[in-house]
Amino acid sequence: MTRMLEAHQATFARNGEAVFTAVDLALDAGQALIVLGPNGCGKTTLLRMLAGILRPWQGKVIRHCQPAFLGHLPAFKGDLSCRENLAFQRRFHGGTGLDENRALARVGLAGLGLRPARTLSAGQKRRLGLAGLLVAPRPLWLLDEPYASLDDVGCELVDRLLSDHLSEGGAVALSAHQRKPVIDVDLVRLELAAAEVVS
Amino acid sequence: MIVRSMSALIARDLRLAIRHGGESLMPLIFLFSVIILIPLGVGPGPNLLAAIAPGMIWVAALLASLLALENLFRPDLDDGTLEQWWVGQCPAGALVVARLFSHWLITAVPVIVFAPLAAQMLYLPAEALPVLVLSLLIGTPILSLVGGLAAALTLGTNRGSVLLSILVFPLIVPVLIFATGAVSAAADGMSARAHLGLLGALLILAITLVPLATSAALRLNIE
Repeated sequence: MTRMLEAHQATFARNGEAVFTAVDLALDAGQALIVLGPNGCGKTTLLRMLAGILRPWQGKVIRHCQPAFLGHLPAFKGDLSCRENLAFQRRFHGGTGLDENRALARVGLAGLGLRPARTLSAGQKRRLGLAGLLVAPRPLWLLDEPYASLDDVGCELVDRLLSDHLSEGGAVALSAHQRKPVIDVDLVRLELAAAEVVS
Repeated sequence: MIVRSMSALIARDLRLAIRHGGESLMPLIFLFSVIILIPLGVGPGPNLLAAIAPGMIWVAALLASLLALENLFRPDLDDGTLEQWWVGQCPAGALVVARLFSHWLITAVPVIVFAPLAAQMLYLPAEALPVLVLSLLIGTPILSLVGGLAAALTLGTNRGSVLLSILVFPLIVPVLIFATGAVSAAADGMSARAHLGLLGALLILAITLVPLATSAALRLNIE
């Protein structure tokens, strides 16, 4: 088993107030981690910290491979077409995955390659984000609420992409609220408690 | 890998600039409105115009650079592309350099290309033209670098453009002084090497320190 991601006693504080304290986790290839907890407990913050966007206040996070982070924000330029956005992702992350049209077809956006990304609906934007994971494959996926705004077919698509990614030796950490992933792999659960105040 | 990410970012910035056609023409509109309007205000005498030509062309370059700063990082912050700079393998400092380079390409290069024509319209002696272009080539990257740092620092403030101008102006005064000094010296038939040398020193200083400081400032804003 290759280790993909480790966190040791990772604590994040915003303005001196701890968002979460002393998180320990380890993620191996083929494993999926689900972060659970009430609103405001720091699920997004934890995923952003695992991705390297935020630095832990105490403790440390070690990434053994290149992560991909999919958050609430689309991370696309609305004035560029879907295909141009994906082509940028591929070059920017040094990807060698599916070509743009096949990635779009895979996430159910076939034929929308030339549409400006700003004209997509919320659910279609999420799908475009997933296509970004396919054009520039990275071993570690960090997905913040991947089921948000997706219809039933879209949610099944996420499950399918997760299963494929895990069976190819990738690892996933995700947060989820209403819907939990329906996949063959056992999920490692991480419960974050509601925020507590430290001086 | 680093070069690939940087070139991808520059290519996307240029593509977006072309798509927003109007904005990328602003630097030239500035340059030529200054060049055409000021003679109407101060009178068309060749001696007077030749004396103020370097300063006017430089002020146009400066305004073109400054006005584009507000949108240097903010759209990327709003749509989430900025936070991805810390997820990839390319260090954020290198991406800052790439973004500032595309800012320079969009705001300064059109001014540099048309500066000789503008200078001719203001009766600047022909022997000063190479020095004018050289001073713009060395000096405008400093404007982009210093402006980029100020834009990153004011990213967290709403409508930070006033604060941004206040931060930038004192820092670019030396650039303006040495650059226009170089062109005036050349127009008077003297050597401009001392001025250009100091300008070059400022550029080296800015290029060494600004990317580090800018990426640190950006990081504070996304946290």
